Amino acid sequence: MKILVCISHVPDTTSKIDFVDDREFDTSGISFVINPYDEFGLTKSVFIKENNGANITVLCVGDSSCESSLRKALAIGADEAVRIDHIPKDSLNIAKLIYDYIKDKEYDLIITGRESIDYNSGVVPGLISKMLNIPFVNACIGLDIKDNVVHLKREIDGGIEVLESNFPILIAGQKGLVEEKDLKIPSMRGIMMARKKTLSVVKPENDLQSSLKLNKYEKPIVKASCKMVDSNNIEELVELLHREAKVI
Amino acid sequence: MILVYAESNNKKFKKSSYEAISYGKKLSELINSDFTVITIGKNLDHSILKEYGANDIVHIPIDPKDNYDDEFYSNIISDYFNKKNFDIIIVSNTNHGKSITPSISLTTNCSLITNVVELPSSIEPFIIKKKVFSNKAYANYEISNKKKIISISPNSFGIKEIKSNSNTEFKELSPDIDYTSKLNSISINKNSDKISLPEADLVVSAGRGLKGPENWKMIEELSQVLGAATACSKPVSDIGWRPHSEHVGQTGISINPELYIAIGISGAIQHLAGVSSSKNIVVINTDKDAPFFKAADYGIVGDAFDVIPKLISEIKKFKSDN
Repeated sequence: MKILVCISHVPDTTSKIDFVDDREFDTSGISFVINPYDEFGLTKSVFIKENNGANITVLCVGDSSCESSLRKALAIGADEAVRIDHIPKDSLNIAKLIYDYIKDKEYDLIITGRESIDYNSGVVPGLISKMLNIPFVNACIGLDIKDNVVHLKREIDGGIEVLESNFPILIAGQKGLVEEKDLKIPSMRGIMMARKKTLSVVKPENDLQSSLKLNKYEKPIVKASCKMVDSNNIEELVELLHREAKVI
Repeated sequence: MILVYAESNNKKFKKSSYEAISYGKKLSELINSDFTVITIGKNLDHSILKEYGANDIVHIPIDPKDNYDDEFYSNIISDYFNKKNFDIIIVSNTNHGKSITPSISLTTNCSLITNVVELPSSIEPFIIKKKVFSNKAYANYEISNKKKIISISPNSFGIKEIKSNSNTEFKELSPDIDYTSKLNSISINKNSDKISLPEADLVVSAGRGLKGPENWKMIEELSQVLGAATACSKPVSDIGWRPHSEHVGQTGISINPELYIAIGISGAIQHLAGVSSSKNIVVINTDKDAPFFKAADYGIVGDAFDVIPKLISEIKKFKSDN
């Protein structure tokens, strides 16, 4: 089985987000990691490889800085890595670049995260599956393979759906695909082996345009001071929620 | 021309659909354009949509074999959009909305912008604001494409009820969509009696300060007296005290309710990212230095086991008096 895991290289969840002149994300002091949603899919792919046998390619679109995340993915258990050397302007750029690279490669299973925690658009997986014309399961929280049939679970609005599909398929994963405690971390042996694995760099042929142009970033408005209520005077809180906040 | 997709589930329109219609109505006034609401599914009561300004409705009275077959919905919406030369599609950024918009954007050549929180700040050029960095910031984008899909973050724009006396144009269409699903749906487990978290106006959330899953009874009781949805912090879902579907925060669900009550949650930056756009935040914590107080509107320093029962009885008293 051929598995492709697409990852994003994003600011660590503890990062404070700041901008230079409201136009550029200030990366000074920010450490970058594999997008948390993608980590569940990456670990899942390694479990599939252990149980069913598979070859895992991990792919990222970005400049050379994202190679640290690709190396980590190799150390966790991916067999080879590909970096598409491009700084994307929007989600459609990313999807087109990935599609162009994989369209002739016949992956059985393509795993992405539900969204990346930087731009949060959550549309790349849906775009790639439509371009490839293969089934797509979004917000996937369970995947098992038996007799060449893919058994899936996904979150829907207000519930969970159980599904079946044939290969090839694209899933957008999140927590539940594997549990947080089962997430794989690189072992010393994995790190050593990753050094010998191939990380290829692909240069896109054409420069891609975008219909979206950043105008400016903004930070959320900071709340005024917090009104403290005495724990022996809960009636006052109820009163404030009614009269001032008007929420009850 | 604007096309608003009003999502339904179990023969009922979703609350987020009223918000999408409200948004479509305001945008149509702003750009001086007509707007049409499209609905899909059997046995829907459309009269309610008028209260949010829908006066031109196109209804497709077909249920797909499986209610959650996203591609079926994408095909119908794309088909109608292309036939009638619309320019803008408004949808809600629900799980369903997120699953259908990428496909629609490709078949209609629309630019797609998700997690939108406001009306465009400018029409020429078209500039619109979306959430980025998991609610830690916003980005304003200029969209040069005339055709676009705007996916609205639930509870961000809000529902605007209007008094309308105009007649509603209502037509039914039966498109001949030649379509076979690529997926086979086996079963659906609905948590139907619960309020859906992204759509909820009021949310009660608790963290490790509750000490164990058995103590969630009082959280559920508080939610029940308030009519709120229940949520939890990441550590609580990671150790299995509560289901993943209740995890709010940067890597869980992000919410913008009218009221968020955080009990026994210290307020790490990852948690705040998912909840800080709540309009009102109440924090209850034993630690007076908990960082969450800095992001709160109202705070109580106290033990949840002391404060919550008192809060439940005060709310009950308030509800019976009002």
